[in-house]
Formats: sequence, structure tokens, C-alpha cells
Amino acid sequence: MSRPEDVLPPDLFYNDNESRKYTTSSRIRNIQADMTNRALDLLDLKAPSLILDVGCGSGLSGEILSDLPSEEGGPHTWIGMDISPSMLDVALQRDVEGDLFLADIGQGVPFRPGTFDAAISISAIQWLCNAETSDVSPEGRLRRFFEGLYASLRRGGRAVCQFYPKNDTQRSMISGAAMKAGFGAGILEDDPGTKNSKLYLVLTVGGGGLQGDITGVVNGMDDVNVLDARKRAMELNNAKGPPQKGDRAWIMKKKDQMERKGKVVKSNSKYTGRKRRPAF
Amino acid sequence: MKVITANFVTCAVKECKTSPTSFPLHFHDAELEQQELNFQPEFIRNIIPRIDWEGLRVTANELGFPSLPESKPEGEALNNEQTLQDLHRLLMETQVMEGKLICGNCGHEYMIKEGIANFLLPSHLGKRNIINQQEVMLANAPSSLS
Repeated sequence: MSRPEDVLPPDLFYNDNESRKYTTSSRIRNIQADMTNRALDLLDLKAPSLILDVGCGSGLSGEILSDLPSEEGGPHTWIGMDISPSMLDVALQRDVEGDLFLADIGQGVPFRPGTFDAAISISAIQWLCNAETSDVSPEGRLRRFFEGLYASLRRGGRAVCQFYPKNDTQRSMISGAAMKAGFGAGILEDDPGTKNSKLYLVLTVGGGGLQGDITGVVNGMDDVNVLDARKRAMELNNAKGPPQKGDRAWIMKKKDQMERKGKVVKSNSKYTGRKRRPAF
Repeated sequence: MKVITANFVTCAVKECKTSPTSFPLHFHDAELEQQELNFQPEFIRNIIPRIDWEGLRVTANELGFPSLPESKPEGEALNNEQTLQDLHRLLMETQVMEGKLICGNCGHEYMIKEGIANFLLPSHLGKRNIINQQEVMLANAPSSLS
């Protein structure tokens, strides 16, 4: 199946026709609702909050934020940003409660520092990996977006961005950009390895009640496995350290070098590079 | 655009971020509308510490509500139902449907149509003079919203 990201820029792809189809399809609505609820679980908001909806589209996820019952901490007030005028037009017709902005998230997030309690984004930020003109780059757009988002969240705030990366390069480009902006970042993957796999980039701004690292976000959630890539990366780093002068690996390397130069080199044995015993 | 949003939004131009005159953005030719919304005292209490009261007074003045108190209600005043009701009415229920927001620093105009503010910037922004930028903005304005 072709990716809409490869076809056209978002403001042109979601024209009147596509926006209407997107909003009326019951399949898309269900998927969006599931993802929004999952994101709300991860945000773990206890009281009515001010939320930024990045790439709000026609307000499918915003509706859920407005209608959240008070037992679950809602209803929340939200402000939505989207680049597609047609999508916002559909949102107007559907009479959503949130405030809407026509804005390009790749140009930054134009809000005062510490404005929002949380941010949510459903199927939007992979669009940042496209640059439509030669004077902008995906890296620059990602950087401006995440820096703006980081500033506009209050300390201790969280952001959950569900996104569809094209490949692993995009995935690490997006999470790397978030970490560079200062976020604590982790990726939650639902149904990994299947066609329905969904990626959630979970971001935290320091100073909140969160104890320890990002994995604290999923504490108390059932069926979530924590895969810590940091430990493995560290072990790998340690094992790979450069050979010390004088140890066996270093001697073997040197002997190889000499042999390639055509010098006469003694053949290797189990005694090569061994320490001599102290002589009495 | 709700008044509460106007209290948080700043100019999108990068150079304006550091200038104190870029906040709050100033309303011009604003057409207002009242929209009934459910009153949520907890939300108002939660948001009040983050409201820039000076900015809110400026905005309210521009929109024709001069009766705002000098200082932000704090402490005991937050338990007064009437105060919260009034704030709810101003912050949440008052909306600007048409008009424009103007940055006090660079003079950039953000058009508001049907309650949606257009914060798309032309890519060359900050290098050309401001009159040209506005023309580009208008040329770029989406047709479906007009």
C-alpha cells in the first residue's frame, strides 16, 4: 500500500475530498479512537487539563478529549494545529470544541513557554520527514518542532505522539530529534511485528513526579515489556574498546600488518602474546 | 479563537521570541461571538496560575471588556464561584470569529477566519520587509476558508 506521505505534501493531500473520506470512514475513526485512548492512558492526566493536539485534522481525537468523563480526569480543553485547510473545514462543520490553528508544525509551536499540561499527536509527525522545498530540511523541521514543543509544555508535562515511520531510519531520526530537544524519550510499540503495529513516541519534560527514567511511564500497565536498549549499547561499547598495546589482540593485528607488508613473521601458536612467568 | 488561547499564543517568527513586545498579540477588527460551554471550575483553577494577567487585561481592553480587576485572583478568591463564572465566560465562552492578530514587534498580521487563525509563515520570513510578507500571506491564504 502506498504511503500518503510519498504522494503529496499534507496540505495538498488532504483536500476536501480526502478530508471528508478520512473523517467519515468508520474504520479510520475506530483506529483513531483506539490510538487516542491509548495515548491518554500514557499521559495519565488526573484533572481537566490544557492539551495541544498536533496535527488535529478534523478533530477526531479532540472529540475524545472533550468528551472524557470526569472519573477519568476529563473533560480536557484542547488547542489543535493542522496544516490542511480542508481538514480544519471539516472540523468546523463538525462543531468541535477545541480552538483550531492553521499552522505548520515544522515552523515551530507558537505558544508561550509552559502553556500546556500535555500534548498529543495522532498519525502526524511522520509528515515532518518530508521537506517540500529546498530551503528546508527534514532535520531542521523536526528540530524546530520538538524545540517548540519542549518549550510550550510545562515542567513535568508529557507528550505522546503516535506516528508511522517509513523505516527504521525515520524512526530513529524522529526519536533522536526529540532527545536532542531535551525530552526524555521512549517508544512504545503495540502489536509489534504485525500489520497493525502502532508506534507511540512517549516524551517527558523533566521536573515532574516521574521517578527514575522514561520506563516509569508504563509502570502499572499490563502486558508491556520494557526493552532497554541503553544497557545493550553500553555492553557493546565496552566489548568493542580498542586493543591495548601489548595484549594478544594488538600483537595479532601487528603481525597481520607485517605479514601483509611481506615481512617474515613467526607463525601463530597458543603461546603467541602470552605473558612470561616470573623467573625465579 | 478563544480568549484563553490568545493569552498563550505568541508570534511565530523566530526573531520575535526574545522580544517582550511580541506578547500579547493585538486584536484588530475583531468580531466576537459567545458560545455556551460547560462550566468547569477545576479547569479554571488549574489554568489561572499560567494566565499572564497583564496580557489578559490588554486583550480584554482591546475586545471591549474593561472591567477586569487590577491583579490576578489568588488564594481565597479562587473559591468564589462568581469570580470563576466570570472568568469562564471571558476565557472560554468568548470567541473571536473574524479579524486579525498583529505582532507588536514585527507587525506581522495573522488573519482569523471563522475562528481559525492562520499561523502559516511564508518560508522567507524575517528577511524581506513586512509589507511583502503580508502580500505573500494573502496569496497563500487557503481558498476553502475564505
